[in-house]
Amino acid sequence: MTRKISYKTAINEALDQEMTRDPSVILLGEDIVGGAGAPGEADAWGGVLGVTKGLYAKHGDRLLDTPLSESAYVGAAIGAAACGMRPVAELMFIDFMGVCFDQIFNQAAKFRYMFGGKAKTPVVIRTMVGAGFRAAAQHSQMLTPIFTHIPGLKVICPSNAYDAKGLLIQSIRDDDPVIFCEHKNLYGSECAVPTESYTIPFGEANIVREGKDVTIVSYGLTVHRALDAAESLARKDRIEAEVIDLRTLSPIDWDTVMESVEKTGRLVVVDEAHPRCSLACDIAAYAAQHVFEALKAAPQMVTAPHTPTPFSPSLEDIYIPSADAIVAAVGKTIARVKAA
Amino acid sequence: MSDNPFPLSLEDLMRAYRTMRTIRDFEERLHIEFAKGDIPGFVHLYAGEEAVATGVQMHLTDIDRIASTHRGHGHCIAKGVDVHEMMAEIYGKATGSCRGKGGSMHIADLSKGMMGANGILGAGAPLICGAALASKFRGDRGVGITYFGDGAANQGTVLESMNLAAAWDLPVVFVVENNGYAESTSVEFATGVDSYVDRASGFGMPGVTVDGMDFFAVYEAAGEIIRRARDGGGPALLECSVARFYGHFEGDAQTYKAKGENEYNRENRDCLKSFRKRVCDAGLATDRDFDQIDLEVARLIDDAVASAKAAPLPKPSELLTDVYVSY
Repeated sequence: MTRKISYKTAINEALDQEMTRDPSVILLGEDIVGGAGAPGEADAWGGVLGVTKGLYAKHGDRLLDTPLSESAYVGAAIGAAACGMRPVAELMFIDFMGVCFDQIFNQAAKFRYMFGGKAKTPVVIRTMVGAGFRAAAQHSQMLTPIFTHIPGLKVICPSNAYDAKGLLIQSIRDDDPVIFCEHKNLYGSECAVPTESYTIPFGEANIVREGKDVTIVSYGLTVHRALDAAESLARKDRIEAEVIDLRTLSPIDWDTVMESVEKTGRLVVVDEAHPRCSLACDIAAYAAQHVFEALKAAPQMVTAPHTPTPFSPSLEDIYIPSADAIVAAVGKTIARVKAA
Repeated sequence: MSDNPFPLSLEDLMRAYRTMRTIRDFEERLHIEFAKGDIPGFVHLYAGEEAVATGVQMHLTDIDRIASTHRGHGHCIAKGVDVHEMMAEIYGKATGSCRGKGGSMHIADLSKGMMGANGILGAGAPLICGAALASKFRGDRGVGITYFGDGAANQGTVLESMNLAAAWDLPVVFVVENNGYAESTSVEFATGVDSYVDRASGFGMPGVTVDGMDFFAVYEAAGEIIRRARDGGGPALLECSVARFYGHFEGDAQTYKAKGENEYNRENRDCLKSFRKRVCDAGLATDRDFDQIDLEVARLIDDAVASAKAAPLPKPSELLTDVYVSY
């Protein structure tokens, strides 16, 4: 059966179904239950934005609230994974990665290689990414390229509730460490999601809109901006944009992206991360190297600027890549596009 | 034969001696081989500190897990990691513990509960909390031991992990191997406390300092706190005062040490000498018994070095394998 639920509910449902299926799945994080040791009600929060609400009632002590010690509990999740558990650690904001990064990139990411293939570390680190929450410079970053850079990590960033559920279940069942990036401005977005459990394989991008004139590649929140841009281009300029949602950033589905670029001859990459050494750079460079002959124009990048995320709403709104900016970038690849 | 005044059977006494002798010979031999230039990278030798790894780990089985340090050879040997595979790993060979992809600082054998030497100071402490958490969930009564030096004792990861272990009541033993030097920096310089054991009460756990050069002192103190952790009594801190017979790494001229310091420690604080004397004095064994073990260990190390040197290098294709389980 399928019904419309939110991205947040889809994540909750994925965690619930996997905890029910597999007793080795445990959840760790700050306030994922809430109110631990406090005199008020148990299960007070269910996570800072309520994503894990209700799971404690069903799964009890398999949800562990933690002290505010990201290195210790993220490391503990990694250590437990190396010892046969399947922990899902919640790192409230990806911006907090700075205080536990060693455990992720020097420990989890490297165990299998350093130990000659004799270890596996099936840990998932769920974390909120992205701007638009008026949360300023230390609670709004994407930072996704920092993780895609590191061999041994898998990096996932769903753009909708259906993908969030299927990709999270896949992440929990996967035998490698996964950084699961949840865009905080998508938690309320709804779409049709099956009630039953299902997985979406890693490394399979989703063509969310077919088109023949230009390929727009994105992930996370900006997939929706790209779709808005594509609608505008069709309406005003009779340009049919193909929009690709990467869904998984590492591994990445080069084939789907490059086949599309070969078909359209034009590429615009939209990435909410900063421009330098970003997914946008990576994909533009890959296209230049592998399908150069097919390109009719230089690949274009639409990204957040090379600045921290500003606080004031008026500034933050122009920080996040907009549909207008995407239309303008398409205009640099096709002469007949009118200025947005 | 006299009555046994020790808390170990004669068989276990001789096993402990063999472990300490194996660590010592392994490290002494690496010192020689490294100087010849045959060993890539850098190695950190555990010689002098054998009583700690052995005294602690005589209480462990494969269900128990340890997280080690950059100075990890002794912990590996005491946990039963194969000496031939370790030596081959240090030579970067395909037959090594990690197929030549880890080296001295990353030897691991998860099947033996050895979660890895670690190139990052203090990084083992969070990991062992996870191992202990897994044991707690499984109810297998396993305990986790994390080792760190007087240098890493000042890392946030260690302090956070002590707090986490106390908050979650985890079966973890934090073992400080205080050899007085963080690389070249004196412990006197690096902290405001006189002894790291003072930290234990700050996290609400018991702590004890012992002479880490005395196997029996380590064995007895470790036994008590490991039993306590295994029985659900929670974490504890064990500080072992030790002497590092070599430098921070091989090639370290050790000019920061006092003149004659190494010689004094070797002469007066050698855990092997004192162990041997006490067991002989108790009339449980003779020098000949110990000499026989020494001979067997010397042969083992000779053989390990010879086979490591003769072993094949990893194939070039190995560069790209084992990054992921699947990708």
